[in-house]
Amino acid sequence: MAGKTTIVVHSGEMDKVLSAFIIANGSLSMGMEVSLYFTFWGLNRLKKGGLDKGPLSKMNMLGLGRRMIKGRMAKANVATLESMVKDFKELGGKIIACEMTMEVMGITKEQLRTDWIDEFGAVGTYVNEARKSDITLFI
Amino acid sequence: MAQINLDCRNQNCPVPLVQVRKALKKAAIGDIIEVVGTHPASKKEIPMAVEAQGQELIEVKEQGKEWIIQIKKIKEA
Repeated sequence: MAGKTTIVVHSGEMDKVLSAFIIANGSLSMGMEVSLYFTFWGLNRLKKGGLDKGPLSKMNMLGLGRRMIKGRMAKANVATLESMVKDFKELGGKIIACEMTMEVMGITKEQLRTDWIDEFGAVGTYVNEARKSDITLFI
Repeated sequence: MAQINLDCRNQNCPVPLVQVRKALKKAAIGDIIEVVGTHPASKKEIPMAVEAQGQELIEVKEQGKEWIIQIKKIKEA
């Protein structure tokens, strides 16, 4: 059994990006292949220094809720996004950055963590990954 | 044949699973991986991941709040 998981990371909120990486790393741990396709608000998380800068999707309260959740996560020993990305890359996970989003939002390659990004692509790249996948999610 | 010990005590989801996968990738065929942890869900999910990868689950035991799982690498991971 091998299999593959493909996730569209459309959201840039911290909690949603965290969910994407938990599912991604869980899939890699089961011996599956994983592709994460970062688009729209999700792409902001691939900016240099931007990984954990997303707000909470609910009860952000100008960043107060976000800070509280981060504190509780640290207390519960939940891995940081930084260490999750490190594990993701170490286990062979693939990151695709959406070129159209870059164009629309005026994001250049120089602004992005190109050391994490395996490929720049468009919808065809996602569909081609997803059609070979057993699990595909839109977060 | 070596034994690899992993300490995942107090680690939360999905770290124990990830650590086991990393160890399975690095180990040689025939090596034993022994992982100790406290995260309740991982006690049943690590055996699931071992099965999904076609590796051998030797045993799962409990000692108070801790669980210990032994895995043998029987094929490339």
